[in-house]
Amino acid sequence: MSHDHDHDHDHHPEAPSPVEARALALESLLVEKGLLTSEEVDHIVSMYEHDIGPMLGAKVVAHAWVDEAYKQRLLEDGPAAVKEVGISYPAGTQLVVVENKQDVHNVIVCTLCSCYPWPVLGLPPTWYKSPPYRSRMVREPRSVLEEFNLTLPDEVAVNVWDSSSDVRYMVLPERPHGTEGWSEEQLAGIVTRDCMIGVARPRIPAESAAR
Amino acid sequence: MSVDNRVAYLDGEAALPRKNGELVFAAPWEGRAFGLAVLLSEKGVYEWDDFRTGLVDEIARGDEAYYESWLDALESLLLAREIVTREEVTKRAEQYVALERDPVF
Repeated sequence: MSHDHDHDHDHHPEAPSPVEARALALESLLVEKGLLTSEEVDHIVSMYEHDIGPMLGAKVVAHAWVDEAYKQRLLEDGPAAVKEVGISYPAGTQLVVVENKQDVHNVIVCTLCSCYPWPVLGLPPTWYKSPPYRSRMVREPRSVLEEFNLTLPDEVAVNVWDSSSDVRYMVLPERPHGTEGWSEEQLAGIVTRDCMIGVARPRIPAESAAR
Repeated sequence: MSVDNRVAYLDGEAALPRKNGELVFAAPWEGRAFGLAVLLSEKGVYEWDDFRTGLVDEIARGDEAYYESWLDALESLLLAREIVTREEVTKRAEQYVALERDPVF
């Protein structure tokens, strides 16, 4: 190979560090053994990078459902209560947890921008940040909720909580009937991000109900 | 019971590093190590709790970055289950370090 070419075009891959090499070794061996494909690993990584945030909030909700004293602490002092279950909540920001009841439904919005309780819910979905959601949820919450397939009877009051950089809200949904005796992990499994924003209610999957 | 939920239940010292509630991988290999462990559990190669126990033990030994402990736990479990052998892992890793294989994630 001649040496008179432009050195900027030289392209030597850098040797991986020992730990990188071990990760590469394991992945390539597992692929060769037919246990997984690299595409499946790609998929898992990107899914978790974006979707797992809300699971922390679900854990808080499930704990509140099984422990009445914890629920009271959660409603009184959100940041302290989420710390109890191992979630760090940044100082200087209030977290107010609002409880859904038979006759009261809560939903959160940020009319000004996209304030969101990210330590418990991860990053906000795109629609949460959209101007129509932000303006219409305040003016006509029932219509917006219907668009999310959540139709509330007239006797249920709807409270809309407008988040700010100082105060963030999270909805504590009602525990559905038919979940008696479930473990906290099972309960957390039915608490979705949308339930904690207030645009959905927890639902029991058909397979669990049949068990 | 989904693996998602089990992953979320890693807590205390074993809790996943996060920023703004999202998982944080400081380098691509960390994401790969994470994905491998979760995927093998989803596929039923081992129970998630078996991996979690190993991870907690690795972390308890201290002095390693989180995902190094994670990778150690994964490797130990795969060796214990005879899914891979130490010889093949060592040999393959040496090939990557020597650039005999393309180190692309």
